[in-house]
Amino acid sequence: MKRKLTIILALLIGFLFTDSAQIFALSDSFHNSIYNPGLLKPLDSLLKVKVGESAPEFTLPSVSGKKINLNDFRGKKIVVLSFVPAAWTPVCSDQWPGYNIVEELFKEHDAVLLGITVDNIPTLFSWTQQMGNLWFPVLSDFWPHGEVADSFGLLRSDGVAERALVIIDKEGIIRYLGVGDINVRPPLEVLIGELQKINRK
Amino acid sequence: MNKIKLAGIIFIFAFLAASSGCSILQLAADKNILAVGSQLPSIKLATPQDQSLRNYLGLEDKESFSLNEIKCKILIIEIFSMYCPHCQNKAPVINEFYELLESDERVAKQIKFIGIGAGNSAFEVEVFKKKYQIPFPLFADSDLAIHKELGGVRTPYFIGICNQGERKNRIFFSQLAGFSGAQKFLDNILELADCR
Repeated sequence: MKRKLTIILALLIGFLFTDSAQIFALSDSFHNSIYNPGLLKPLDSLLKVKVGESAPEFTLPSVSGKKINLNDFRGKKIVVLSFVPAAWTPVCSDQWPGYNIVEELFKEHDAVLLGITVDNIPTLFSWTQQMGNLWFPVLSDFWPHGEVADSFGLLRSDGVAERALVIIDKEGIIRYLGVGDINVRPPLEVLIGELQKINRK
Repeated sequence: MNKIKLAGIIFIFAFLAASSGCSILQLAADKNILAVGSQLPSIKLATPQDQSLRNYLGLEDKESFSLNEIKCKILIIEIFSMYCPHCQNKAPVINEFYELLESDERVAKQIKFIGIGAGNSAFEVEVFKKKYQIPFPLFADSDLAIHKELGGVRTPYFIGICNQGERKNRIFFSQLAGFSGAQKFLDNILELADCR
């Protein structure tokens, strides 16, 4: 029995430590305003698109008031879609501020960035205000709720989006689909590496 | 009796895990690992490839080093993240602080300054360094191992330790954000540094 107890204790301690790998809104910019949902199921949707297929078309309102249509970039720019689960949550709050200082890297690769969540405009306005002036449009996929995320197969069963990066080339073809663990921020070098690959071809 | 004990232990751990949200990370933070007067946990970092940075820290060209190998009486550490807006906004004035240290030969010999990028890969640290032209050494902590050791602090966080002598590793300065000016910050450091 003692041995059993030791094993169970070791497993529980192990759980407590491994759990802490999550990046929890490290920046003091958000003070205590970030809601902590705890560790979430890493993936909770099935992709409806594949690399090599045409990206589903969409038009979404942005925080600035302008409506953004994916087709606007056809033949002009590579488009990077950054789906994040929800405003005021960990990881997401520490992702776009990083993208905010690498506008030059996107320009170098002839790419634009579109941030998308399923939140409404007022929520996105308040949240992104904490990040400084974002150089890229932030789009609201609020109504019909999560329709664009769902068209890519990125809408989770609780109504938020996966943490995903989608790269669409100038012909409107999906060239990269990075759908990772919702609890983990994707390293910047992966995204930049994929943009480099597209530009090399 | 044993079953009751087991149920009790499981309950306590389940309660701790649920109430802490991020588990041990918060528990460590609550203990205030970085309180003034505490000993800084042992930290190892990869030696910079850039020779001028190695020269600044007084390090030999080897794979890794521990903080005490840095040749200085006082070591200031900034825990930052490329993804943190405050760290971005304060980068220019933090650079000023470094320039201030280097502008006085006596101070420059005594105090060294490094940054550790919590949750940042080497690539991300390099992006931050290039963006803000940061002249002092920055190190990656991509798996948050160091950040966890330091109690999971928010960023930017500043720690001052005695790096030599009988008070070696003693934290004399521990502060979240609040970097209002380079000279004021330096004056504060010099006033609080009680390294012998």
